[in-house]
Amino acid sequence: MTQHKETYRETWAFVLQRLSALVLAPLVIVHLGVMIYAVQGGLSTSEMLGRTQSSFMWPVMYGLFFVAAGVHGALGFRNILQEMTTLPGRSINTFALGLLALVLIFGLQTIRAIA
Amino acid sequence: MDNNSDQRELTVHIWRSEASASDDDLQPDGAWQTWEVPVRNSQTVLDVVTWIQRHRDPDLSYRYACRVGMCGTCAMTVQGKPRWTCRTRIGTVVDGNELTIAPLRNLPIIKDLATDMAPFFDKWAEAGAQFVPDRNVDQQTMAPVKPDSRARRTADVAIECIGCAVCYAACDTVAWRADYLGPAALNRVWTLVNDEREASPKEHLKAVAGESGCLSCHSHQSCAELCPKHLNPTASIAGLKRKSFLLALAGRS
Repeated sequence: MTQHKETYRETWAFVLQRLSALVLAPLVIVHLGVMIYAVQGGLSTSEMLGRTQSSFMWPVMYGLFFVAAGVHGALGFRNILQEMTTLPGRSINTFALGLLALVLIFGLQTIRAIA
Repeated sequence: MDNNSDQRELTVHIWRSEASASDDDLQPDGAWQTWEVPVRNSQTVLDVVTWIQRHRDPDLSYRYACRVGMCGTCAMTVQGKPRWTCRTRIGTVVDGNELTIAPLRNLPIIKDLATDMAPFFDKWAEAGAQFVPDRNVDQQTMAPVKPDSRARRTADVAIECIGCAVCYAACDTVAWRADYLGPAALNRVWTLVNDEREASPKEHLKAVAGESGCLSCHSHQSCAELCPKHLNPTASIAGLKRKSFLLALAGRS
């Protein structure tokens, strides 16, 4: 791996983590707000599905949410492994990509279920 | 000299090494040794160490040069925090009667209080922290640099570093990852990135945007808190992060 490629990759990892945080911040607030509102008077599957199927905006919002969370979480996990373990860079990247894949798979399933 | 002693004595604990650093063990085993040292007016931590070496144990190793806060040679861990010892008065760090002095953290110990500064300065070289003159500028006429221009002022804020490694010893990120370039080298690169006479500020940015560079800083601000010159390497590193970020977005990283 050349110095330039390494620099390029690390800078983009940094940029993507910040941009995904930027996307996550408002979505987390909306998500928490809806949770607090929805839990009043108890939760039911039909009530939740009724809401998420009422508009195409809900699946879109949660789609964006899980992609941003996956990217942000995987990069953060990668940083922690880089700093706190002596694992080689390649294994660290594999772990991080694995985590991203897991979130994307579960996220897609969820979206399919609520859309 | 003894006539300005006020008879009080200070209990001084100094860390003594039992071996020099090796590649596997930068900070080898050692033990605390305690002396009573007479208190004097305006006494500095360096005065205390010197007194012990001259009057109690000539075998005690430490390092200093200018004694006036210019050379950056005498930094040690005083009361658990890195400080330059020549300009640290006892009165400002001793609360009670006890003083502890140990070698700087994050550097290999040579003996007792003397650390090997080579890894610290090697990282300046690794970070490309050297001025590269712009050969396209007409050397005869010299391009004027306005002292009040924004770039010049930004560079000036960070320029007074004397390389004492206090920030490097204070930095938790250096403690966590041995290849991290550290606050001093990155702070220096920030002055070059803002230097209007630099041939290629972008090359300097690229040199420090990697895994071991500015992007790894956690902004704990220990460097800014403890820098004896009151510089703010954290702010310099934040500047480097910002410029690397924008360079990447512009597709030129």
